[in-house]
Amino acid sequence: MAIEILMPALSPTMEEGKLSKWVKAVGDAVKPGDVIAEIETDKATMEVEAVDEGVLSAILIPAGTEAVKVNTPIAVIGQDANDTAAKAASPAPAPAAAAPAAPAIVSAPAAAPVAPEADYPAGTEFVATTVREALRDAMAEEMRADADVFVMGEEVAEYQGAYKITQGLLQEFGADRVVDTPITEHGFAGLAVGAALAGLKPVVEFMTFNFAMQAIDQIINSAAKTLYMSGGQMGCPIVFRGPNGAAARVGAQHSQDYAAWYAQIPGLKVVQPWTAADAKGLLKAAIRDPNPVVFLENEILYGQSFDVPVGDHVVPIGKAKIVKSGTDATLVSFGIGMTYTMKAAAELEAMGISVEVIDLRTIRPMDVETVIRSVMKTGRCVTVEEGWPVCSIGSEIASRLVSEAFDYLDAPVLKVTGKDVPMPYAANLEKLALPNVGEVIEAVRAVTYR
Amino acid sequence: MAAPKSTRTKTSAETEPTSFTRDEELFAYRNMLLIRRFEEKAGQMYGMGLIGGFCHLYIGQEAVVVGMQMAKRDDDQFITSYRDHGHMLAAGMDADGVMAELTGRRGGYSKGKGGSMHMFSIEKAFYGGHGIVGAQVPLGTGLAFANKYRKDGRVAMAFFGDGAANQGQVYEAFNMAGLWKLPVIYVIENNRYAMGTAVSRASSQTDFSKRGVSFDIPGEQVDGMDVRAVRDASARALEFCRSGQGPYILEMQTYRYRGHSMSDPAKYRSKEEVQKMRNEHDPIEQVRARILTSGMASEDELKQIDAEVRATVQKAADFAQNDPEPDASELWTDVVR
Repeated sequence: MAIEILMPALSPTMEEGKLSKWVKAVGDAVKPGDVIAEIETDKATMEVEAVDEGVLSAILIPAGTEAVKVNTPIAVIGQDANDTAAKAASPAPAPAAAAPAAPAIVSAPAAAPVAPEADYPAGTEFVATTVREALRDAMAEEMRADADVFVMGEEVAEYQGAYKITQGLLQEFGADRVVDTPITEHGFAGLAVGAALAGLKPVVEFMTFNFAMQAIDQIINSAAKTLYMSGGQMGCPIVFRGPNGAAARVGAQHSQDYAAWYAQIPGLKVVQPWTAADAKGLLKAAIRDPNPVVFLENEILYGQSFDVPVGDHVVPIGKAKIVKSGTDATLVSFGIGMTYTMKAAAELEAMGISVEVIDLRTIRPMDVETVIRSVMKTGRCVTVEEGWPVCSIGSEIASRLVSEAFDYLDAPVLKVTGKDVPMPYAANLEKLALPNVGEVIEAVRAVTYR
Repeated sequence: MAAPKSTRTKTSAETEPTSFTRDEELFAYRNMLLIRRFEEKAGQMYGMGLIGGFCHLYIGQEAVVVGMQMAKRDDDQFITSYRDHGHMLAAGMDADGVMAELTGRRGGYSKGKGGSMHMFSIEKAFYGGHGIVGAQVPLGTGLAFANKYRKDGRVAMAFFGDGAANQGQVYEAFNMAGLWKLPVIYVIENNRYAMGTAVSRASSQTDFSKRGVSFDIPGEQVDGMDVRAVRDASARALEFCRSGQGPYILEMQTYRYRGHSMSDPAKYRSKEEVQKMRNEHDPIEQVRARILTSGMASEDELKQIDAEVRATVQKAADFAQNDPEPDASELWTDVVR
């Protein structure tokens, strides 16, 4: 009986990958454990091993094919050559899991590039870049410009980054400036803060911000407060960066959005970009900033492509961006929350509701002015974030609008947030725990009474 | 080849320290006395309600920072915990500015916004003044990282107590310092009590010079009441670090005469124990006796130094009481740059 080999998922967030090489050829005998192919994910190149014994009777996806969706059949293992003939004669039945996307072996890039910002100077050139590459480029450019900038963290150097963000930095800048640390977040965060107090400019990568809870004392008590406690004498020019928030199916301890946690701390700046252009421009600004900056990334966004201006592109910290203008309601979001928000905005537009969308980009200091100006026009506001609802970023915006723009509000401010529970593992529950496009649409309909 | 790890720690407490010259004896005497008198005055002012919050006095431990100061290069960095007044005075920071910070006045080192536990002077290579037990150990290791990064030959000294020595982040720092051969001296000021808990009640290994054994960091136990022994051991440690061999641990065996802070009644030890230390091991009395016995200086000359130190402290106390509080607008400054 023939057995189909499906494109495997090789990381929690992998949706597709490149079938880079076939190690076995049609007609080769395979047994369990044999490497049959190599697959390149956004993080690494992995080997695919056979689980069953037989003969490789058909290769369905040629080597070199990009963007092969997870669960797409890639090969067939049969008992003998007859299976090969049988397989070749009849079309492969679509496996249940891949039913909706069965024919779409080669898919389009995950995200369509966003239209360039109107305020870029005329003639600005753009290049489609993933968030991952944009972050790497930002660090590399700043390291070239300033010898005091160095990168430190777990697996940042020889492994090339647990999420490949620091890929190539070791080769260009050497081990003195791209420093692999032991698994010791509290210790290396403190060490990096000490180096910053001495005047260096460390970029500390946390493999994820979940692990930064081990180090939060040094981030808050040592990095954020020293300037004030020293009467302005001693600052701490440091960036703490890494993926933040839910990835996919990694459970409660690895799925948490820390935006609201750090946003409360005077002395810190907190940045959470959505697009690759903002990721690059804000990371460059963060590295140049004389203050400690918490830079919250998102694993799911790493592989998404956006247009990034060519050259020394710096985005000022503390400025929100009106991504889409509209008249009926204001949607405020940041980071991955923008993906729900933009989809909802498009659907609402089709329903005849015109929404203005603001990407906060910086959480602290928050550009509340831009939000207020928009609400003065629309009279309505909905906030969108993956974090929990209690004392959330949305809570802060609602409070500021009530105290500073009360007379302009025609409806209560509504928050769309993650649910008030630890992140469940089960796929259906995880989906329920996160915000979704439907909730955003419902909230906008509620505040616009439509 | 490195010696077996078990033999890499040693005790210098029993070897006879190198003698001081007259100038060195008088320098040590004056500087330890300045710390003693300053702290006594701070204690008084705390009692008068002029100093608020926590106030941790260094009385009894003066030989540790003064001995280290005598061995170090001017640009070698100091970083310590909240028991920091002595370190600042030893580093050459101005007594007026330190005392004014204790009273929360605008002329304080942190403009009155830091307080007793949070003062800094980049000029004097003093990096604080940190209020979280043990946090200064990775920070000091980071200063050493910067020294190595810049190849400037500086050595960082991270001071912490026997209590902080049980914090996990200390060993995270030891590991990285050992791994990367960072020029840092870990100065464990073992004053026998972590707040109210005796060393033997909190530590499974009470020989703190051995705390680096797992990381292949050499250590020494030092008589921290004898300023000469401190200087000798510090010189050895500084030479070791500066020559690129990595970190070094000095366990300074010392004693604090006062409570953990001003609000500590110190009921966990007997009055006799404290009195015995004062009578038999006082760091200042040891120097004074040596000076007089050897005839390096007369009783009158020492009295003259006493008077000068008292005048310095009185001037600081006056300044700290008369200097105005920070302007209300200071509330909002220095949060970010």
